[in-house]
Amino acid sequence: MLATLLIVFREVIEAGLIVGIVLAATQGVVGRGLWVTAGAAGGLLGACIVAAFAGGLASLFQGSGQELFNAAILILAVGMLTWHNVWMATHGKEMSRELKAVGAEVRRGGKSLLALAIVVGVAVLREGSEVVLFLYGVAAGGGASAASLLLGGALGVALGAGLSLLMYLGLLAIPAHRLFAATTGLITLLAAGLASQAAAFLQQGGVIGVLQTPLWDTSAILPEGGMAGRLLKTLVGYTDQPNGLQLIAWLGVVALMLTLMRLVNRSRVAWTVSPSATAHPAE
Amino acid sequence: MSLKTVLALTALAGAAIAGPARAQAPITVTLKDHRFSPAEIRVAANQPAILNVVNDDPLAEEFDSTALKVEKVIAGKQSGTVRIHPLRPGRYPFMGEYHSATAQGVVVAQ
Repeated sequence: MLATLLIVFREVIEAGLIVGIVLAATQGVVGRGLWVTAGAAGGLLGACIVAAFAGGLASLFQGSGQELFNAAILILAVGMLTWHNVWMATHGKEMSRELKAVGAEVRRGGKSLLALAIVVGVAVLREGSEVVLFLYGVAAGGGASAASLLLGGALGVALGAGLSLLMYLGLLAIPAHRLFAATTGLITLLAAGLASQAAAFLQQGGVIGVLQTPLWDTSAILPEGGMAGRLLKTLVGYTDQPNGLQLIAWLGVVALMLTLMRLVNRSRVAWTVSPSATAHPAE
Repeated sequence: MSLKTVLALTALAGAAIAGPARAQAPITVTLKDHRFSPAEIRVAANQPAILNVVNDDPLAEEFDSTALKVEKVIAGKQSGTVRIHPLRPGRYPFMGEYHSATAQGVVVAQ
């Protein structure tokens, strides 16, 4: 039961942290609950499908199907997070400042919500398929009784969800005018981390065969397989032995994100009626 | 745009390395009763290697190694290809994440 609890907890918290950030980033946006739920449900369904066809998926592309699939959904998530941040850079400030004029914006906000729903779906899909495969294995193996499996799984879900909720509440404790900057930063780091993981999957799949030598090794200080290492891996893409390609992917996404946000911000200021309005404090 | 960058890198790198990286003969590792055999795998240092991991158990297992940067689910009664990038001499542990109490192994590069 303990093994079940630990593995389920680990996967749930990895997905839960991402969902928590998404929820904090969409604070106050109409209809976000529905979108996030739809994303999670879609991810769960996808997880079952992926688990059911794990064997077939793995044998595709000369045995690299799984790596390519993982890389593809991670890159999709990076794209969606980038889109969200850039969209928020254009509309977020006016949304929080003039709640009256939000009507049309929120409808367009649906696009950003769709992007984030996809991110939630990807997170649930990745971690969920591992949970499904594992639980199925435990159930089929007959080693643990069904009751103990169920209990371990349920406790794991509850603990993981609880900790994710705490992080979400912690984010909400940030004053409203700082929350936007905080979630933008978190999403930027999240996207960079996912890009670095995608790079590793492309290398593992044999698609990219360069820059594979680890640049440094911090496994003695903060092992990637430990709890803290895992959480940092989820949040910012921490790895104890990053290689060149991972570093390039990580830095590349951060640079891309900052550049795009600055560009859309500048183009907005150019046609804003009163430039002083942009310097107006939010509260 | 990051996608484009990655795709471009992919195409470049794929063309550049496809030949030598695939020339190695795969080393077979069998997982049975949640134990790897051989549990210690010797590879030449600074050269790529390929493991053919045969899962002889009826249940899925995740071949997991942070040292080797590999995370790969292998379904029950299936096999999976694990690529090992050129390693500096040393020991690189791996495990079956779903049954880590017994499914442990190490790649030794020398």
